[in-house]
Amino acid sequence: MYDVVIIGAGVTGAAVAWKLAKYDIKTCVLEKCSDVCEGTSKANSAIIHAGYDAETGSLKAKLNIRGNEMMDELCKDLDIPFKRIGSLVVCLHKDALSGLDDLYERGVRNGVKGLKILTGEEALFMEPNLSEDTQGALFAPSAGIICPFELNIGMAEIAAMNGTEFRLNTEVKDIRKQDDGSFKIFTDNGEFDARYVVNAAGVYADVIHNMVSSKKIHITQRRGDYCLLDKQAGKHVSHVIFPQPTGLGKGVLVAPTVHGNLIVGPTAVDTEDKEETATTALGIDELTKKAGDNVKNIPLNKVITSFAGLRAHEDNNDFIIEEVCDVPGFIDCAGIESPGLTSCPAIGEMVCDILNDRMNLREKENVITKRRAVRSTAGLSIEEVNELIKENPAYGNVICRCESVTEGEILDAIHRPLGATTLDGIKRRTRAGMGRCQAGFCMPRTMEILARELGLSYEDITKSGGGSNIVVTRTKGEVKRP
Amino acid sequence: MKSYDIVIIGGGPAGLAAAIAAKEAGNDKVLILERDKELGGILNQCIHNGFGLHTFKEELTGPEYADRFIKKVFEHGIDYKLETMVMNIGRDRTVTAMNREDGMFTIPAKAVVLAMGCRERARGALNIPGYRPAGIFTAGCAQRLINIEGYMPGKEVVILGSGDIGLIMARRMTLEGAKVKLVAELMPYSGGLKRNIVQCLDDYGIPLLLSHTVVDIEGKEHIKAVTVAEVGADRKPIPGTEERYTCDTLLLSCGLIPENELSVAAGIEIDPATGGPVVNELLETSIPGIFACGNVLHVHDLVDHVSEEAMRAGQNAVKYINAESKDY
Repeated sequence: MYDVVIIGAGVTGAAVAWKLAKYDIKTCVLEKCSDVCEGTSKANSAIIHAGYDAETGSLKAKLNIRGNEMMDELCKDLDIPFKRIGSLVVCLHKDALSGLDDLYERGVRNGVKGLKILTGEEALFMEPNLSEDTQGALFAPSAGIICPFELNIGMAEIAAMNGTEFRLNTEVKDIRKQDDGSFKIFTDNGEFDARYVVNAAGVYADVIHNMVSSKKIHITQRRGDYCLLDKQAGKHVSHVIFPQPTGLGKGVLVAPTVHGNLIVGPTAVDTEDKEETATTALGIDELTKKAGDNVKNIPLNKVITSFAGLRAHEDNNDFIIEEVCDVPGFIDCAGIESPGLTSCPAIGEMVCDILNDRMNLREKENVITKRRAVRSTAGLSIEEVNELIKENPAYGNVICRCESVTEGEILDAIHRPLGATTLDGIKRRTRAGMGRCQAGFCMPRTMEILARELGLSYEDITKSGGGSNIVVTRTKGEVKRP
Repeated sequence: MKSYDIVIIGGGPAGLAAAIAAKEAGNDKVLILERDKELGGILNQCIHNGFGLHTFKEELTGPEYADRFIKKVFEHGIDYKLETMVMNIGRDRTVTAMNREDGMFTIPAKAVVLAMGCRERARGALNIPGYRPAGIFTAGCAQRLINIEGYMPGKEVVILGSGDIGLIMARRMTLEGAKVKLVAELMPYSGGLKRNIVQCLDDYGIPLLLSHTVVDIEGKEHIKAVTVAEVGADRKPIPGTEERYTCDTLLLSCGLIPENELSVAAGIEIDPATGGPVVNELLETSIPGIFACGNVLHVHDLVDHVSEEAMRAGQNAVKYINAESKDY
């Protein structure tokens, strides 16, 4: 019997696990994919929002502000990069300038610090590649950029180091409330008993919720296409550039990523298919056109990849973070769309508070609160690199040439808690394969390391678990003898 | 670390020929830096024949062609370091590189020859819509998996782009028992050599669809099918021409890009038309004493031409050093 079972190992589930890790309870995270950070958490804008967007008084507003505040310390503890580069909401039409004032006032009501309305000239001075039509902008210095993979993986690692169990490749099929008030969770990988259940299932949070509650909820998948540009384009803008918001979301943004690329997106298309992460020609056309409205001369010939993510949009347009009224002990984290990434540590804190009220959580001794990220040789001095290579010569062997990722980093990614078992897992932990050649060069080399370290055959190696195998058989060269 | 006059970045066909030519022009302090486990570069995975008709008047396979040069490197006693990645080239021709044994080290060179070759345009740069499953490879990556690692990526293949590597791989995968359904080419003509179209497609009855492209990729975990459509003069898909092909592998042979990240970081001027450094008649880049040759300069059709050009770069590097030393 677990005290708490968390369903979903995206940023929300990982944040809850991270917060619960310091308490003396038995926690398990169930994840249907082969790794953490495989759903919405891996495909989004990677922005830490300031908090002026959401309606004052909403959970989105409250948790955005709190999450933003928590981010500096969290990223320090996780040893991951976070840059508060600030954001600009750009207004292109004089008659729409009052919209900036509305956002400003809402931001102040929500508790956003440092907001400032800029004139068109001031905005262009700060960001010379804005459209010449810029009439004004809302500047929010507390907005920032982050790596969502590392945030998600880092929180999950800390939970794992403190004893939280992670069951990957485990999809919840049904949940039954037992007579003693506990839950029996049926999965494709065994049954689990839990006193409390936290539903952090992303776009599937409605499915999970509706397994136990008669008060149904409904999540719409709001698909967004993105383009990621080469690092050569990464300095095109130096802030997160938003258009003025519309009913469907914050619109197509242009921003540098924390690793120095340029990201453009997302579009917003509603779908009832929870797996529809295919990009469309229409979507890519739309976003390249829309991004060009606010930022001029985006070098779109430098796109290195495009992808689509799904926002988990709940019908009432706010986060649902509460104990479900007709199912005591079952806590929802549903409708976690933007600003979910920003809010995740605050969501973890809030769920923790809800559970504390019920369970009287006791802190355990010797809690691990920090982790060391995969050590990258990038940015180190020659002496520092040589120190690393002396310690482990694998740090001298570059595997991914585009991102300068060494074998030492890949070994670290494989052998750490919740280590990588797939090519995507290595990519998200080290950036190997995330550069301009998109793994064309390093894939066979990474496969060789994965096979050797995990004792896998090449045929067993996958891109991201399930049936995503890379090769099917040996070539005719090897003759198998009876 | 020994001192060197000339550092050659890359031990593929260009680097090998440049090193040999530099040595034969009288410089004994030449070093080749190669990131792979052996010399020869991409030739090692090009196990088909057709190399060397111009240079040696005979048809060699890629490894055989490379071997002729590698043997000369050995005979000449030219130094080389394998599994060594060059991290940076300074304006002053200081080369910073890294490997397991030496760690990170710098070599102040009198001349540098850029011979890094090129890379393939990947799916992302082509903006093909659809899912992002396993089973999509650049043709060269699949070539490495099959010819070097000895594994088949799949059994039912669609190839986008009719570059030479794609054509060669159509034949190679057919010989390994795969069914290659078609080669789709966006342009109204093929970018590949005529002999490859005849010997790799026609001889095996593999259709080449000109003015066609992939407009959708199906399969969430592994590729299941692609949709191919005809394109108009504007190279945009023509609605109503879509046809769906089931497949477990999509190979991309959609162009090669000279690999000039090191050159750009060094501040070398790049020609937007070729993607390679701007060079003068001596193959010298905008930084004096840094020369470029082979596919890093511009993408060549024939390796024979690469070798010939690289020899000139190697000779000119020696001439540059000799002239510089006379000034003092």
